[in-house]
Amino acid sequence: VCFIPGGLDCSISFVSHVLGKVCAHGRQKEILGVLVPRLTDLSRSDCIWQRICWQLVERVPDRWMEAVVLGFVQRAPGADVLSRLLGNVVVKNKKAEFVVTQKMLLLQYGHTTAVLQNLLGYLSLDSPRRTLLLRVLQELLETWSSSSAVKHSPAEQQLYISKAILICLSHLKEPEVESCRQELLTSMMEGVKCHLDSSLPQLRRLGMVVAESISLKINTEGPVLKFEYEEDDEIRELKSLLVQTPSFCVVSSLPDDDRSEKAGAALPLVPESNEESHTAAPVMPEEESDTELDSDDDFIPYDMSEDKELKVKAPVYIRDCIEVLTGSRSEDVDKWEATVKALESLVRKNPTATKEVSVELAKILLHLEEKTYIEGFVELRQRTQVAVLTTDPIPVAKYLTSQFYSLNYSLRQRMDILDVLVLAAQELSHPKFHGKTKHSGSQKPCIQLLPGSDSSEGWRRIVDERIKSKTRRFDRAQSRAELASHPNEFNSVAGYFFFPLIQHFDRPLTTFDLLGEDHLVLGRLVHTLAILMYLAVNTVAVTAMGKALLEFVWALRFHTDSYVRQGLLSCISSLLLSVPVERILADMTEELLETHSWLGDVVEKDPDGDCRRLALQNLLLMENLKKKLEAVPS
Amino acid sequence: MALPPPDPQFVLRGTSAAVHALRFSCGGPEPDIPLLFSGSENGFIHVWNLKTHRVDTTLDGHGRKSVYCVETMGAKDRLLSQGRDQRICLWDLAEGRTSVTDSVFTEHVGFCRCSLFKVAQGRWLMATAATSLEEVQILELPSKTSVCTLKPEVGAKLGMPMCLKLWQLRCGSQPVLLAGYEDGSVVLWNVSMGKALSQLVCHQEPVMSLDFDSEKAKGISGSSEKVLSIWSLNEQQNLQVYKTHELVNAGISDITIRPDKKILATAGWDHRIRIFGWKKLKPLAVLDYHTATVHCVSFSDHSDPQERLLAAGSKDQRISVWSIYAQT
Repeated sequence: VCFIPGGLDCSISFVSHVLGKVCAHGRQKEILGVLVPRLTDLSRSDCIWQRICWQLVERVPDRWMEAVVLGFVQRAPGADVLSRLLGNVVVKNKKAEFVVTQKMLLLQYGHTTAVLQNLLGYLSLDSPRRTLLLRVLQELLETWSSSSAVKHSPAEQQLYISKAILICLSHLKEPEVESCRQELLTSMMEGVKCHLDSSLPQLRRLGMVVAESISLKINTEGPVLKFEYEEDDEIRELKSLLVQTPSFCVVSSLPDDDRSEKAGAALPLVPESNEESHTAAPVMPEEESDTELDSDDDFIPYDMSEDKELKVKAPVYIRDCIEVLTGSRSEDVDKWEATVKALESLVRKNPTATKEVSVELAKILLHLEEKTYIEGFVELRQRTQVAVLTTDPIPVAKYLTSQFYSLNYSLRQRMDILDVLVLAAQELSHPKFHGKTKHSGSQKPCIQLLPGSDSSEGWRRIVDERIKSKTRRFDRAQSRAELASHPNEFNSVAGYFFFPLIQHFDRPLTTFDLLGEDHLVLGRLVHTLAILMYLAVNTVAVTAMGKALLEFVWALRFHTDSYVRQGLLSCISSLLLSVPVERILADMTEELLETHSWLGDVVEKDPDGDCRRLALQNLLLMENLKKKLEAVPS
Repeated sequence: MALPPPDPQFVLRGTSAAVHALRFSCGGPEPDIPLLFSGSENGFIHVWNLKTHRVDTTLDGHGRKSVYCVETMGAKDRLLSQGRDQRICLWDLAEGRTSVTDSVFTEHVGFCRCSLFKVAQGRWLMATAATSLEEVQILELPSKTSVCTLKPEVGAKLGMPMCLKLWQLRCGSQPVLLAGYEDGSVVLWNVSMGKALSQLVCHQEPVMSLDFDSEKAKGISGSSEKVLSIWSLNEQQNLQVYKTHELVNAGISDITIRPDKKILATAGWDHRIRIFGWKKLKPLAVLDYHTATVHCVSFSDHSDPQERLLAAGSKDQRISVWSIYAQT
């Protein structure tokens, strides 16, 4: 039944059919671009037009319902407008319900935040639809807290789901929170565990933000969950979703109430006023000193140039430093601090003395704990370790790599070993860049080095190779000035750094299982191997390293952790860049072909965006190598 | 061309423990021997003969607990000492005796040195930190009666009293007390009425020591930070900061103004003794002899100005005695 002013009886279903067919053919933009604003205006105050609108949508046949509903949700300027236009179609029509509650939220993830706000706001505005809202929240939370979803779904989808969860939370009213408090708590606990287990920092942060928001919702008084993380734009945007700007809806949403309560609760500090206390305002009785007889002039001061700041002297000999650092006398913390600060320069200035005690120093430094607070302690220790390693590479590398696989070290210490090996390798292979190794300010210089460097270097190389292959050279003269060369000190020791690390990765110890729980360390190990491979260019051992690395990568290529996979792909890049082409072809042809097909698979099917990108780069590198070989006149 | 700082005139060794307190007694006429009393961490009070530079007597009255304050009461036969055994002992040293005539159990577990002030012949007022955390009690000696207890008001949060000085504005007027507290403030108390007259925040860290010149109504305080603070008392009995002086190294254990009010000495945690002119706090000398924190400094009370000495006791178990600026 429908009515129109004027008493004309007409049926809207024809219009619905037309609308549905047009939308299904992909012309949503054109037709809804005109229809939606018009209907918005008309239905703003006129209930009749609202009813007409609802009828219009409800009469669309099921096979086209999805396109129409999708179009409306995307184009409506706000949740209240959407409510006016769609009415309760989601409740009345099964297809519409499926599209809104399942397809748009769980199966697709490309929609903008505004669309999400529209959709979820629409669900929250009317009581029959609110049950759907709760169901949607439960399903979203189930996905969020499932560990397989966290591991295998792309980061963008996880971000989308997190946004949806936060928006749902912001729409929940107190009695609804009460009713599902237990489920919220359970899913939060499970979900936060899966997210924190991930190796990608972005996913960890997402998990933390969502968990904090859930905890805030269910514990309005008492301690709430609070994580420490750096806020970036994405996080700030996420957090802003928790607060709903109240539209014309009757009940103001809870998060606003919460925030105003908290603002008012700060107790003003009672100032302690003692009327007899004075602030330290200096009074300078200038006149007095002029008139008074200045008998101070009778006293001739003695020479006070020796009066300087009392500094604790650090020991000048390395063996003395060792004594201080291993000494059991805990009183002389000043001396300990001075020693820690001075040790790096002592090591660098006295290479012969260092070589005598290098392994002992390495051992002391690996176990050195912060006895008293020193600013930048971690970095000081790391720099000193790098200094020791570069001064006497072979024995110290042997020691460190053996300790990497030993019992009773913390994960932090194992990762420190990897960082030190990489920094030292970098220094050894570019001796004149000694001064430019990572500066103070960043606590963990290596983390920046590990994932980023290879991909950026790879791109530059790819571009260079492409340019080279496309320009015709008429003579073989050098096309660009070579940088001044120094003997590559890494050459003689690359093997000692590399092979021991790769040796025992599949042998689990009681406290350390690379292939099991400790996949974060495995990821770091893989990235370290990639960098060592890259730095080993032009060394004698590079081919052997390349072979070993290919085998290693082959064994791990299906690892579930995306950080590990990214590392494996970086290894392939380094390999392709470092090992001379002739050697690759001569010794590794079959492995290379197998790798080529694996890379193709990764490009198409890997859920992680970074992995796909790295795999694509590798394929391009391989193409370039092929072309280079074809270009060489035989 | 400034001269290098002088060396100590002599150094007294033999205490076998860190020296925490020093007091001269050289005012007597000849043939009295000038003496120096020192209190050590091992609980002994040594009486040094300044002619022979040896220990004449050793007093053991504090149960081997550190003695951190030593005061003479008039003549050199009467001595007062305060130790970490929570007791203040009064000694009678006449005619070679070494006995404790009386003792006061203060129950004070801190390090605040007591302050003595003579009100009349044979009658003394003594200010000492009391049992309760923030209080100072005034006792009359030798009767040991309590004159009053000075309590800061509730919520003042001054902390423990760290150093005390009793003095009198003019002869015959009421004695007043200057107390330096743990929160860095100095409070002027009226002893007879038991209430605070003025409070001044001089330091950010605890006031370790203070001294006051009653003639000029100016005082100086040192703390564990790098700043010396000089403050004055105006006619309304209010304390105001006059000036501050920044030191090279942080930490002052003791400050004392010479009896002629011309120079003052500070004992520093950086092992150095610094001499300043009192008028304008002009730095005059830095005496660098000790190898550990200097705990106490004291000027002698010689009647002949030429013989005046300065003694400093340190954690390195030695007492250095200096003759500096003795000519004027």
